[in-house]
Amino acid sequence: MFSLDLLLNAVVAGALLGGFYAAVSLGISVTFGLLDVVNIAHPVFVILGAYTAFTLNANYGVDPLLAGALFAPVFFVLGVVVYRVYYTSFESKGEGSQGGGLVFFFGLLFIVEVGLMLKFGVDYRLVEAPYIGESIHLGPIGLAYRLLVPCAVGLLMTLCLYLFLGKTFYGRAIMGVAQDSLALRLVGADPVRVKTLAFGISIATASVAGALLIMISPVEPSIGRAYIGRAFAITVLGGLGSIGGTLTAAMILGIAESLTSTFSGPSWALAVSFGILLLVLAVRPAGLFGR
Amino acid sequence: MSVKGRSLLVLAVLFLAGLFAFTRFVENRYIFFAAYVVLQYIVLATAWNILGGYTGYVNFGTGAFFALGVYSSVFLIQMFRAPLLVQIATGGVVAGLLGLGLGYLTLRLRGTFFSIATLALAVVLQTFVINWEYVGGAKGTTVLRPAHAPFFNNYIEFLFMVMGCLAVGSVAIAWFIEHSRIGRGFAAIRDNEEAAECTGVPTLKLKLLATTISGCLMGVAGTPFPYYLSFVDPDSAFNLSYALNSLAMPVVGGTTTWLGPVVGAVLLGTAQQLATVTISSELNILIVGVVLVLFVVLAPKGIVGLVQQFVQRRRA
Amino acid sequence: MKRPWRRWTVWGAVAAALVLTLALAGNWAAMAQAPKPIKIGFGMALTGGLAANGKAALLAMEIWRADVNKKGGLIGRPVEFVYYDDQTNPATVPGIYTKLLDVDKVDLVVSGYGTNLIAPAMPLMIDRKLMFMGLFGLANNDKHKYARYFQISPNGPNAAAAFSDGFFELAMKQNPKPKTVALVGADAEFPHNALAGARETVKKIGLQVLYDKTYPPNTVDYTPIVRAIKATNPDIVFVCSYPPDSAGMVLAAHEVGLEPKMFGGGMVGLHFTALLTKLGPKLNGIVDYGFWVPEPTMKFPGIEAFLQKYQPDAAKAGVDPLGFYLPPWAYAMMQIVGDAVEGTKGLDQGKLADYIHAKEFDTIVGKVKFGPDGEWAKARTITMQFQNIKGTDMEQFRQPGRQVIVYPDEFKSGNLIYPYSAARK
Repeated sequence: MFSLDLLLNAVVAGALLGGFYAAVSLGISVTFGLLDVVNIAHPVFVILGAYTAFTLNANYGVDPLLAGALFAPVFFVLGVVVYRVYYTSFESKGEGSQGGGLVFFFGLLFIVEVGLMLKFGVDYRLVEAPYIGESIHLGPIGLAYRLLVPCAVGLLMTLCLYLFLGKTFYGRAIMGVAQDSLALRLVGADPVRVKTLAFGISIATASVAGALLIMISPVEPSIGRAYIGRAFAITVLGGLGSIGGTLTAAMILGIAESLTSTFSGPSWALAVSFGILLLVLAVRPAGLFGR
Repeated sequence: MSVKGRSLLVLAVLFLAGLFAFTRFVENRYIFFAAYVVLQYIVLATAWNILGGYTGYVNFGTGAFFALGVYSSVFLIQMFRAPLLVQIATGGVVAGLLGLGLGYLTLRLRGTFFSIATLALAVVLQTFVINWEYVGGAKGTTVLRPAHAPFFNNYIEFLFMVMGCLAVGSVAIAWFIEHSRIGRGFAAIRDNEEAAECTGVPTLKLKLLATTISGCLMGVAGTPFPYYLSFVDPDSAFNLSYALNSLAMPVVGGTTTWLGPVVGAVLLGTAQQLATVTISSELNILIVGVVLVLFVVLAPKGIVGLVQQFVQRRRA
Repeated sequence: MKRPWRRWTVWGAVAAALVLTLALAGNWAAMAQAPKPIKIGFGMALTGGLAANGKAALLAMEIWRADVNKKGGLIGRPVEFVYYDDQTNPATVPGIYTKLLDVDKVDLVVSGYGTNLIAPAMPLMIDRKLMFMGLFGLANNDKHKYARYFQISPNGPNAAAAFSDGFFELAMKQNPKPKTVALVGADAEFPHNALAGARETVKKIGLQVLYDKTYPPNTVDYTPIVRAIKATNPDIVFVCSYPPDSAGMVLAAHEVGLEPKMFGGGMVGLHFTALLTKLGPKLNGIVDYGFWVPEPTMKFPGIEAFLQKYQPDAAKAGVDPLGFYLPPWAYAMMQIVGDAVEGTKGLDQGKLADYIHAKEFDTIVGKVKFGPDGEWAKARTITMQFQNIKGTDMEQFRQPGRQVIVYPDEFKSGNLIYPYSAARK
């Protein structure tokens, strides 16, 4: 059944998926990769973003992408609040409370998930947009808009974040804060403010990622759990602290899943991605592009 | 053994006797089902804490070890109709081996990397089980309980007693570790692994011991599960709530001693069992989540820590 | 007399005590005369993966309870429900049912929704010799062979095959006859079972299997799967899936341009309002299983009245507003329980079970007759095809002609449009 056509399409589909995975993992790449905060609740914020996009789309006919962008500032504020609580309770108390931080985010995960269940019920929700369900064909390769648009947005988000982190003062401050907060103070940036900013940005990305998610497939409150592993795997695989690494890792994972699905059997797709992760961790724990 | 040790031993024996008396006098079967779950969580929380609280390696993959115990039992039941004791022993050995493998992984992975790896492990294992037709695969399998239990009126009381013994056993192991050189070695690793290595602590051997014991006990907790539920499917065996609870209970109770996981398991476990049959709606899960977050933010040393603080203040 | 008021006080107190006692006794007597309610206990998925259906089922059961109590209850006693959320987690089930039986002391029990939530309760039911009604469980009684178990969905004695028999029988009647088939489904309980049934059917008929794979339920993108299927160029594509993957497969098939001669199978969720309205015309031509659809051939007595009551409440409660899939069956299940209680004039579990085995019931989903293993004596799963869906408006689905029954002949309300591509024009 092997054909070049099939292979090409599988790779392309995997890359498109990878772009989307990158969008979901960017938040974790920032918080875990740069701030060393293990925010396992991030996927549930993505789901929250999916629901806010759904609400605007279902009630006012707003395009999901627009909805995601509109809500980003709101999510930013939410991120700031969450980080403040986390900081006061754990980080300011020193190293030993890592486990506590983990449990905090675990608890937060369940609280948000149940909150969504109470508000929206457990029926699957989808969004409507004119381009969902259509595809374009470039020669033998078919590209569904439903996946193309999220991939494009994911790439755009990665680029923006990369530029922000590399070229702006606060961006560079974020990159530096985990490594050397003293040096940071010396150049006039308050480490706590910088970290708060970074966390806020990461949750803001969740708003957009959520809009992308609900474009691709129906959403209900508990599907976030499937993404916890994927997002962390991608961040670690790419290397902590590297945004470009995250994108690369997301692509690799997406393509690996797609190839396994197409040729050997979808059952093993997820296991293959995690297998890759375990392999990389065993051979090179710093990931592909980590410091 | 010290005075404290001896008095704890007496307490343990009294506890088991009490459980036994319970089975003789209590008619209401509901208590046994509910208490079984709480006892099971005592084992899981204690097991988790040996690796997480004592040694400082946070394990997200409790589900993998628990399910390994569950499915090794299912396999033995279907293949040989093996008696429960054999199932427990085998489950413990298999899960212990997985723990050993995980221990070797720590050579390369510290801190959160280790935790992510445990998550990955759970996913890979679940995929294998889903594709293993003999034990039911994705659709699960029905397990017929034996008709008669030795010494007891019905099988659930027997399982309840067995789980009680397992709980006492695991707590005893934790107590033993805590009061031995091994425990001090674990604490050294938790506080600063590099420093420990430099001062000659055999960190690799200790880590292997921690992961193996922890994994073994988690697997053992899972072995009576097929008979308890009489139905097993990957979703319930690998359920995320096991990972959540086995982590939350020690944290809420207190991670530095054997008592913390017990307190956390009894409190959270009982609360959840009660909530299931009273509030019984999404609010149930919401409240558990809120309690968890409140505790971890306001009382990070757990309940044991709170009590210790209180006692110290009284003394001062 | 030194203190005459003292005597009055004593006599007054005695009189008051007498009056109070009489009043209490009278009240107690009155209460003892009031009919003790009949308590029916169950666990139900109100949170978790199956909650969308679980909540809808609960709503239907409450409607039944209101209907019954309006007519004076069962054997003159009002009906009460005692239920707990099983969280779609099988591990909660034994605890819930022992609480219901030993602490709440319910008189009757029915099951929660779904195979996995029924299974853990079986040993308890067998142990206590209780009559147990199951709501949409597949093969729960195969190993136990318990005589007091019944199951309401019309799968019949060979449940797994019920989802594919009609489909393939229809396929083989078409001209030109299809020769090849692709089987695909989710790694989960129902799809696994249904696919197993399909494999047997396919072997019997002699179709060549070109593709036979499963996917994990949380797959995000179905495009690679659909492409791989398309590459094998099968005549028939048979899919067994749960709601999110049903939607995913339909969307992916549409995008990739998969057009076999027949497409469909055991795709759960395509009947849910959310997917009906969101997928709309993309569903045209898909052949799916069904239990009840609003076609003229299935206008059983009472179904319209039920839907009139259910639909406004459902919209308010945030569950499936059309309610064609599970709710009528939850109601019918309770109808049978109620009928048995009235028929045996009591709550004896053995008599109830015998009565239910013996009788053919008239319910809002038609005539129901059980076989010795508790399943329907004869399968009545229908095969339907989505046709004539235009746009995404919900109201069109209330009308017949959108979910056309094409098999069996007994309920046929239209012809199969074959090949699949013809239905999509």
